[in-house]
Amino acid sequence: MDFVWAFVIGGLICVIGQMLLDLFKLTPAHVVVSFVVAGAFLDAFGLYDKLIAFAGAGATVPITSFGHSLLHGAMQEANEHGYIGLAMGVFKLTSAGITSALLFGFLVALIFKPKG
Amino acid sequence: MKTLNDPKNYKKNIKAFHPKTNYFMNCLKAFLVGGFICLVGEAIQKAYAAFTDYTEKSAGNPTVATLILISSLLTGFGVYDKIGQFAGAGSLIPVTGFANSITSAALEHKSEGIVLGIATNMFKLAGSVIVFGVVSATVFGLIRLTVNNLLG
Repeated sequence: MDFVWAFVIGGLICVIGQMLLDLFKLTPAHVVVSFVVAGAFLDAFGLYDKLIAFAGAGATVPITSFGHSLLHGAMQEANEHGYIGLAMGVFKLTSAGITSALLFGFLVALIFKPKG
Repeated sequence: MKTLNDPKNYKKNIKAFHPKTNYFMNCLKAFLVGGFICLVGEAIQKAYAAFTDYTEKSAGNPTVATLILISSLLTGFGVYDKIGQFAGAGSLIPVTGFANSITSAALEHKSEGIVLGIATNMFKLAGSVIVFGVVSATVFGLIRLTVNNLLG
C-alpha cells in the first residue's frame, strides 16, 4: 500500500507542476522555485510532516521536500541555540542532497561528453 | 499584419498561431513519470531500511543521494533529457530534476574549462532553487521562532 500512495501522491504533485507550466505559462525555473517555497511554507505549519507520514517517498522525492528539510533543520538548531541557530541549521538535513548533487554532477561532467 | 503587430493586443492576437497544448495528455504523462520516480524512491528507501542500519525514517537521505546519482548518470548518457521532453514536470519536480539541472549545465559548459565552465555554471539553474529555499526557510523560521517565543 505504501508503494501505491507514493506513486499517487508523487504523481499528483507533478501534475500540479505541469498545470503551472501549461496553464499559467511559468518557466520551469519558476515552477521549481515556487515548489521549494511551498514546501517550506507547508512545513511552517507542520503540514508537510503529515504528508510524509502518509505518502513516504511520494512526499520526500519531489523538490517540495527540499524546502521542508531546509526549514526543518533550521528549526532543530533554533530550538537549541535561538535565532542564530536558524543560520546554523539550514543545510543540516539537506547536506547529503546538495553534496551528492554537486559531487556527482562534477564527476559526470568531467567524464562524459556533452550530447546534442 | 497591422492587427498582429498591434502592441496592445499582441498576446491575444498571436494566440491563434500558438501550437495547441494538450493539457490532459501532459498531465497524464507528468503523473505517470513523476509517480514512477517516487515509486523507485520508495523501493530504494525500503531496501535501505531492510538491508542496512538505516531506519524507515532516516533512510530518506541515502535515498535522495542514490536518486541523484542515478539521475546524474542518466544525464551523462543523454537519457534524462529525453525523459524530460516526454514527461515535462514529471521529471522536473522530483529531486532527480534538480540533479539533472546541475549536471546538464555543467556538461553544457564543459568546453569553457573546468573552473570557468563546469564549476561556475553548475549553479545556473540550481542556484535559484537554493537561494529561494534558504531565504524562505529562514523567513518562515524567524516567524515561527518569534511566535513560539511570544507564546512562551
